[in-house]
Amino acid sequence: MKVGLFIPCYVNEFYPNVAIATMELLEKYGADVDYPIGQSCCGQPMANSGFESASQGCNELLTKNFSSFDYIVCPSGSCTLHIKDHLHSEKNEADAKSIRSKIYELTEFLTDVLKVEKLDAKFPHKVGMHQSCHGQRGLKLSQMSELVASPFSKPLQLLQMVEGIELIELKRTDECCGFGGTFCVAEEAVSVKMGKDRVKDHENNGAEFITGVDMSCLMHLEGILKRKKSNIKVKHIAEILNS
Amino acid sequence: MESKGKDHAQLSDIFNKDEPRVDWHDETLWFVRQKRDKAVKAIPEWEQLRETASQIKNNVLSNLDGYLIQFEEEAKKNGAIIHWAADAKEHNEIVYSILAKHSVTKIVKSKSMLTEECHLNPYLKEKGINVVDTDLGERIVQLADETPSHIVLPCIHWKKEEIGELFHHHLGTPKGNADPQFLTNAARLHLRQKFLTRKIAITGVNFAVAETGEFVVCTNEGNADMGAHLADVHIACMGIEKIIPHRKHLGIFLRLLARSATGQPITTYSSHFRSPRKNQELHIVLVDNGRSVQLGRKDFRNSLKCIRCAACFNTCPVYRRSGGHSYHTAIAGPIGSILAPNLDMKQYADLPFASTLCGSCSNVCPVKIDIHDQLYKWRQVLVKEGHVGIAKKAGINGMAFMLNHPGLLKVVGKTGRWAMRNIPFVVNNKMNPWYKQRDLPEAPTQSFNEWYVKNKSKKNEQ
Amino acid sequence: MSSRETILAAVQLARPDHIQLPELKKYEQGFDDLQQQFAKVLETIGGKVYEVNSEEEIFTVVNEKFKGEKRIVSTLSSVPDGIEIIRNGTEPHTLEDIDLAIINAHFGVAENGAVWTTEDITIERVLPFICQHLAVVIRRKDIVATMQDAYDIIGNNDYGFGAFIAGPSKTADIEQSLVLGAHGPKTMTVFILN
Repeated sequence: MKVGLFIPCYVNEFYPNVAIATMELLEKYGADVDYPIGQSCCGQPMANSGFESASQGCNELLTKNFSSFDYIVCPSGSCTLHIKDHLHSEKNEADAKSIRSKIYELTEFLTDVLKVEKLDAKFPHKVGMHQSCHGQRGLKLSQMSELVASPFSKPLQLLQMVEGIELIELKRTDECCGFGGTFCVAEEAVSVKMGKDRVKDHENNGAEFITGVDMSCLMHLEGILKRKKSNIKVKHIAEILNS
Repeated sequence: MESKGKDHAQLSDIFNKDEPRVDWHDETLWFVRQKRDKAVKAIPEWEQLRETASQIKNNVLSNLDGYLIQFEEEAKKNGAIIHWAADAKEHNEIVYSILAKHSVTKIVKSKSMLTEECHLNPYLKEKGINVVDTDLGERIVQLADETPSHIVLPCIHWKKEEIGELFHHHLGTPKGNADPQFLTNAARLHLRQKFLTRKIAITGVNFAVAETGEFVVCTNEGNADMGAHLADVHIACMGIEKIIPHRKHLGIFLRLLARSATGQPITTYSSHFRSPRKNQELHIVLVDNGRSVQLGRKDFRNSLKCIRCAACFNTCPVYRRSGGHSYHTAIAGPIGSILAPNLDMKQYADLPFASTLCGSCSNVCPVKIDIHDQLYKWRQVLVKEGHVGIAKKAGINGMAFMLNHPGLLKVVGKTGRWAMRNIPFVVNNKMNPWYKQRDLPEAPTQSFNEWYVKNKSKKNEQ
Repeated sequence: MSSRETILAAVQLARPDHIQLPELKKYEQGFDDLQQQFAKVLETIGGKVYEVNSEEEIFTVVNEKFKGEKRIVSTLSSVPDGIEIIRNGTEPHTLEDIDLAIINAHFGVAENGAVWTTEDITIERVLPFICQHLAVVIRRKDIVATMQDAYDIIGNNDYGFGAFIAGPSKTADIEQSLVLGAHGPKTMTVFILN
């Protein structure tokens, strides 16, 4: 099984350990992982700002880099969703189409394709799960609180296999953190307020760590935590599953 | 109004100056969302009802002209007088002409977001007409010379102490009394006198049935009924998208509406107006005002399915923390953000950006409008049509250039974490909004890319 | 071209190709007892329910619960002394000082505690709205499960005005504090006649 690793641009730059943990996890559970050098961004920052056309370069690059894999795995719900929904190629639409159907977010790849049922991981801490919207409502990694439907959660299913972990309950289980791409600077006041409120929910329920499937949300929450000199830390789910 | 010339981000910034008030606003609306959750989770077939309602509305949009003609014919048979208004101006003129014909200068009006959209109140005021809004929340904002900040809960941004003060000033209630029960009763007495003396009543319309020519108005307070049943003339104003094909479809929509709106199983009153009372005139004003244009926009026509329940407002984390007036349009919230650009792209170009695209709005929508997808699509349209600032465009293009050229990305990455300076949300200086209330991640010694190149070469040697 | 023609032409040009209406499915509600469910819901939305075996019993309850009320009116065919009968052609403004109105309704709806009234049985449209207190009589057998069932009964009946009424008039416009008695009745009592 040839897996192409797609690492979001900001994870590559700021959070290399998340990418390393992702790669190690995939290899540990049976995937043959390759990371195509010369990859860039999924194009979402431009497209979500209304500049879909400006993301065409990213799209072509992505299509070129990843068409040969059986699967593409990305440790971000948001980037994965963007590619699934919006990847098109002027040069090779057939490849783009195939990538759209074979790209997976990390946790869903672990539960649905690798069918991981046991994890060799230990993380003896109180952890709050931040449900990133694009992973949850877009990729349907977890059931959404708005719907009348049975509950499930792929990330939580995996976290529950980690030894020693204590998952805390939140008052608002799936409210957005306010990152929202360029929203976080364009609508600074609301973005920060949303982030502060998420942080408070985790604080009130005794979290030592906040985890999630999207480092972008966590980076935003981390920024708020650090500014208030909180002891709570953020950790991408890949790092916990690989700990 | 203070919103003049300011965009959503600027108005939200002002709203957020008082953080405890933002918390209060957020919690109050979250409470409504929780009531909604509780109500809908008691209905196992909820998701199927949403799907059915959505499909009925699909059918309506695909045969809207036919249904409008049918509705007109039936309503006329019932004795109603039908008017057609192409835009807000014509709507206002029609309403005024009816008042003028009857030489009436004082009227009561129950809640109608359409008349808000058309700015009927200021228009009639200019003509010397005294309009009394009779929904309690609307009356409160009217006395304060404001507009509703929420389509179902018009004065949700007002605290009871402030309402006590307002009533003391306008209705002569004792100073310092802020008891909701007491204040509501004061308004009851004040408005009862209006209901009894006004000759013309305006109401909105929740649903209009093509098959029977009747229309349904839903209220909890009973103000639409008090107005309409005591007046000589009833004017009902409705957008053309309010049509549903058959009476039996009300059985679906009335199951969905109040549960989505406030978590009630149904509104206290669901009043079916079919023909005028004896000696009464019944006018129905059918208003387009941009709806036929929106109908022609394939990506956006579904927004016309909206039944104005405001569930998307209550669930929206941005709305709850920015307040209705930050949307500077009659219908705020996520749905307002996809409706308003249809009316005026330039004026409302900011609204589709007033969202994180979290998708909660689409999930609560009882008619399954793909609200967050439409927000994304509006962004593309607004950029294409040139309604997004040049500065923003330059920034985006610069970023795109770098991200499209990974060679360059690598070079600048080495010289100091390229993204630190170029991804707009992390530009590292104090002028940058990221940094105002948030710290930046620590820059690692090497990127994953660099780590991988080293690691992979090691792996290859083995 | 008139606005009517303009609008219809614009709509015709803009609308998508025909999309079929969905079939309306019925959903089992699993209520143990429709009357109990109706009463439970109506009470949660501020109403009061009495189960009675005769019309006389209704007036016994009325005498007891609405003692000091001055003007009590009804649209029921036979009423005891002291209760005024509202007849066709009454000027609606003269109903302004009614304390209690006792009316019939066609049926009740268990899922939401609503009753269905039409103007032929309320006599004056404004009656159930303008009174300070409202009492409604329905028969036990006339309670349906859902609004979909309700419209099955209504079918294509003719009425000039009809309304579902569910509880006393209410508002929560001031800080989401629920207040009963906005513009209409402050209380609603439903008598379920066995």
